[in-house]
Amino acid sequence: MTVRAATGWLAGRVILLFARFITAVHPVWAGVAPGQGQRVYFANHTSNGDFVLIWAVLPEGLRLRTRPVAAADYWLTSPLRRFIGQDVFKAVLIERRPEMRVEDPVGQMVAALDGGASLILFPEGTRNTTDAPLLPFRSGLFHLASARPEVDLVPVHIHNLNSVMPKGEVIPVPLICTVTFGAALHLRPGEDKQTFLDRARAALLDLSGRKET
Amino acid sequence: MTSSASPHLLTLLSAVGAILILATVIGQALKRRIAPDGSNPVIENLNARILAWWGMVALLGIAFLAGRAGVIILFAFCSFAALREFLTLTARRRADHWGLAAGFFVILPLQYWLIWSNWYGLYSIFIPVYAFLLLPILAALRGGPENFLVRAAETQWALMIAVFCISHVPALMMLEIPGYAGRNVLLIAFLVFVVQLSDVLQYVWGKLFGRHRIAPVLSPSKTWEGFVGGVASATLVGAALWWMTPFTPLQAGGLSLIITLLGFGSGLVMSAIKRDRGVKDWGHLIAGHGGYIDRLDSVIFSAPVFFHLVRFFWSTT
Repeated sequence: MTVRAATGWLAGRVILLFARFITAVHPVWAGVAPGQGQRVYFANHTSNGDFVLIWAVLPEGLRLRTRPVAAADYWLTSPLRRFIGQDVFKAVLIERRPEMRVEDPVGQMVAALDGGASLILFPEGTRNTTDAPLLPFRSGLFHLASARPEVDLVPVHIHNLNSVMPKGEVIPVPLICTVTFGAALHLRPGEDKQTFLDRARAALLDLSGRKET
Repeated sequence: MTSSASPHLLTLLSAVGAILILATVIGQALKRRIAPDGSNPVIENLNARILAWWGMVALLGIAFLAGRAGVIILFAFCSFAALREFLTLTARRRADHWGLAAGFFVILPLQYWLIWSNWYGLYSIFIPVYAFLLLPILAALRGGPENFLVRAAETQWALMIAVFCISHVPALMMLEIPGYAGRNVLLIAFLVFVVQLSDVLQYVWGKLFGRHRIAPVLSPSKTWEGFVGGVASATLVGAALWWMTPFTPLQAGGLSLIITLLGFGSGLVMSAIKRDRGVKDWGHLIAGHGGYIDRLDSVIFSAPVFFHLVRFFWSTT
């Protein structure tokens, strides 16, 4: 193990310890059990700590090969963020701005799946700071489901983290968070993009216990 | 801990250890005879509780060995976890963010520092007066009026229960009782042991003889038979433990009666809060026990009253 890799591992442990101290996060395996199969976890996004919580509740063996999909335009902007994004979480960094793209984001995610990884994806595309329970989904999840239809798509609802650390606050308020895993989805034969995205979004909304207003 | 507390503490810890060994043997025997595959949820829950008891007794034992600092740090962490559990269930707004952060990172450490420095005049009013007045000001400075009184009251309640009341357990370390120097840790052992034993005995008496429910809506498992049997037997055990306290047997029994009654009351109050919020337990942190507040509720209610009674009648400070 190189020094950089060891530092990354250690920093990961410290971040997990801190996340557990603040949130006492615990999983609710409502629709699936923690399994060995390859999965795309798609979750609601309210905070930069979201994927840390999903990471924290996955069993160690699964955690090491589960990579978050994150925005390159955020995680490559400072040396510290680059270190955390690349060396600690081994994120699949995709470019959100089409004009800046040199690689196809869906291609990057498919390549990560083909490399044996599971993925954590936030299909809303950005942090939800509105009062609505979920923003509309971007199409990446559909393209991923079309490219690798055999992979389980698992809805994951992260509860309470937005109260712990609302956008713009610096000091977290310790509150108990839960991460609920729903039943796996697959693209149905002949299902079109919007139907599929609506179904996936409804599955995640269902876990949140909230209704569309 | 000084040597004068050692023999008594060792006796009590050995007795608790013996009870736990007996409980462990019974729990494992039940499992082997009835459901070796772990399919009986009642037995699994019982064994998880016994295992959690081992953990709690070990933690308390280590803290006692570490003396005053160990006890204060242990209960500061209990306060932190209890406050986290309590506030998770309250109505919060974005405007409360600073006040809540202050509760965790300013008020809680300050309260325990005041205990450490034995500043009785301030730690006994710091949260009831200063936090009570300053936190609503902070919330008003930052935001709107929605549910203001509810939010302010819930935050204050959380701090009183999770920080103020719990901090009175380690505060027992600071009392100066003539002829009892260096043995104050036994007062904590006495308080925790008697109220927790009362909880267990109320459960056992209720299971064996329970017929008439006390509060069917709030807490269906509480019965008059369990209440009377549990409180009476725990009071007798408390009286029998007088040798480790500065009290006479009669005084030890009287104090035991007061703290077990308060412990019973705390169960009702906490049930009312949980029912209102639609949860069964305060948390999930201790396997088989729900959250920290589920485990500590009877100690939470009895600690300040026990502290003040002992301070008023026995202590010179």
